Amino acid sequence: MTWSEMQPLLEQACTETLIMVGWSTLIAVVGGLPLGILLVLTDRGGLLQNTVVNKVIGQIVNIGRSLPFIILMVALMNFTRWVTGTTIGSEAAIVPLAIGGIPFFARLVETAVREVDHGLVEAVQAMGGNTWTIVRKVLVPEALPSLIASTTTTVIALIGYSAMAGTVGGGGLGDLAVRYGYQRFETGLMWITVAILAVVISLIQFAGDFAARALHRRGARSGPGPKLRLLKGEKPASAEVGKAA
Amino acid sequence: MITTSGLTKVYRTHRSRGREVTALDGVDLHVREGEVYGVIGQSGAGKSSLIRCVNLLERPTSGTVTVAGQDLTALAGRGPRAGRELRRARSRIGMVFQHFNLLSSRTVQDNVELPLEILGTSGKERSRKALELLDLVGLADKAKAYPAQLSGGQKQRVGIARALAGDPKVLLSDEATSALDPETTRSILQLLRDLNRQLGLTVLLITHEMDVVKSICDSAALMERGRIVESGTVTDLLATPGSELAAALFPVGGEASGDDRTVVDVTFHGESATQPVISQLSRTYNIDISILGAAIDTVGGLQVGRMRIELPGRYEDNVVPIGFLREQGLQIDVVDHDEPTLVKEGAK
Repeated sequence: MTWSEMQPLLEQACTETLIMVGWSTLIAVVGGLPLGILLVLTDRGGLLQNTVVNKVIGQIVNIGRSLPFIILMVALMNFTRWVTGTTIGSEAAIVPLAIGGIPFFARLVETAVREVDHGLVEAVQAMGGNTWTIVRKVLVPEALPSLIASTTTTVIALIGYSAMAGTVGGGGLGDLAVRYGYQRFETGLMWITVAILAVVISLIQFAGDFAARALHRRGARSGPGPKLRLLKGEKPASAEVGKAA
Repeated sequence: MITTSGLTKVYRTHRSRGREVTALDGVDLHVREGEVYGVIGQSGAGKSSLIRCVNLLERPTSGTVTVAGQDLTALAGRGPRAGRELRRARSRIGMVFQHFNLLSSRTVQDNVELPLEILGTSGKERSRKALELLDLVGLADKAKAYPAQLSGGQKQRVGIARALAGDPKVLLSDEATSALDPETTRSILQLLRDLNRQLGLTVLLITHEMDVVKSICDSAALMERGRIVESGTVTDLLATPGSELAAALFPVGGEASGDDRTVVDVTFHGESATQPVISQLSRTYNIDISILGAAIDTVGGLQVGRMRIELPGRYEDNVVPIGFLREQGLQIDVVDHDEPTLVKEGAK
């Protein structure tokens, strides 16, 4: 296969992956963030302590997390058809990807929010703040560096899932690698997709770390910006980011 | 200004039914307007529960809390969440914390503005007020810094500025200086004292450090096992014979050197402190006096001295010299004079 033959295939696959991962990440974040926060708030000793709600959400999240994605995808076929009108193509793949991503992200959000010092919550309560104020002004902003790291992890996980979705007609880079690399022995094309995926994942990790670290600047004692620290190779924030991820 | 009556807090451990911890056991506290009131006690005595019950961060099991004439326990309602009324009342009570509890994601100025955001103050007014308060606590130049860039003392100053943002009449201080070194502690206490004087702020503070009470409190209470065992103005406490707090504020040591000796604690305050009473006593009655221990200090803004002296002879032989000391306007505590010797020996 020549490069001119491969190029349009790769371009299309990249676009499809981008669409699948982009949309499903967006939905996972929008859905997972409130769920994760709710998990913390309704927990025992939480601001909205409610054992029933907590147990129900916890169970749903657990089931969503423990189900292998490929099974989830197949199980959701009817739902997918109902939402998008089809079960084939990258648009259809967004549905199971998003549904798989929500509980994944929710658990990460829960961990991140739980790490916020309870003293801060108490301080805002003492000022007369209500629960919504605490969520908006304390929990989310204070957990933001961890939340960014969690988003990075989610994006990368969704890229992995999207490759699986590709094998059952979702399109994208995973589909390309399987169809050409595995079924037609086009090893060259396969290695190119592997390289693209590696580069994309590295870039996302790098961007996520950079953003989390930039937000973490408040944790640093001295003035140099995130850029400078990166160049120096110092990693004050990355340890925590790595932990959260 | 702050009154609690019969305040009781019982914690139930989650799983094991029946195991209860009584943190507060019928606490009656009365803090007058404009005073600095210190509650002192060891850890586990219930100090923290007490101060957190005052603004109902902790719901008392029974009893009432009244702040500035408002019964907060009545506002609390039944549910675990704070209703609008209680939240509004809380916004009029400032609170500073041992670990400062500043939001690391916000600048110093934004931290101070937070209570104002909650009160719904407009943006321009907020920043005016925040800068004014930062100026008051001496941090005008740090408005744009993040908390992580500040020292402990500076963080606590921000905490104090934040606590004052809602124009409170009452400031609660939960071990505000316990995480600070001695010198910073002094400067923070000085700041609290100044604010108390300048703004007429009523301050209720809890601490485990006697020095805090000594340096800024008008009144103090001693807590032990959930109860207040002693309370009153610092001057009254020092004048109370046998007061544990007074003895702790002002420790003087020394044991009698023999059985036929009388040991007397002499407390000087105000004018009597300047009189040469000991040498007068010695000359008038021609007796030899040994000084076992002595200290002079400033407590609650007053110069106070305490001395433990030993007079020859038993108490019966020293009634006249002790009467002389009392006549000089000194507070005299005779150590152990009323206990029969037999019992004392039996106790050993």
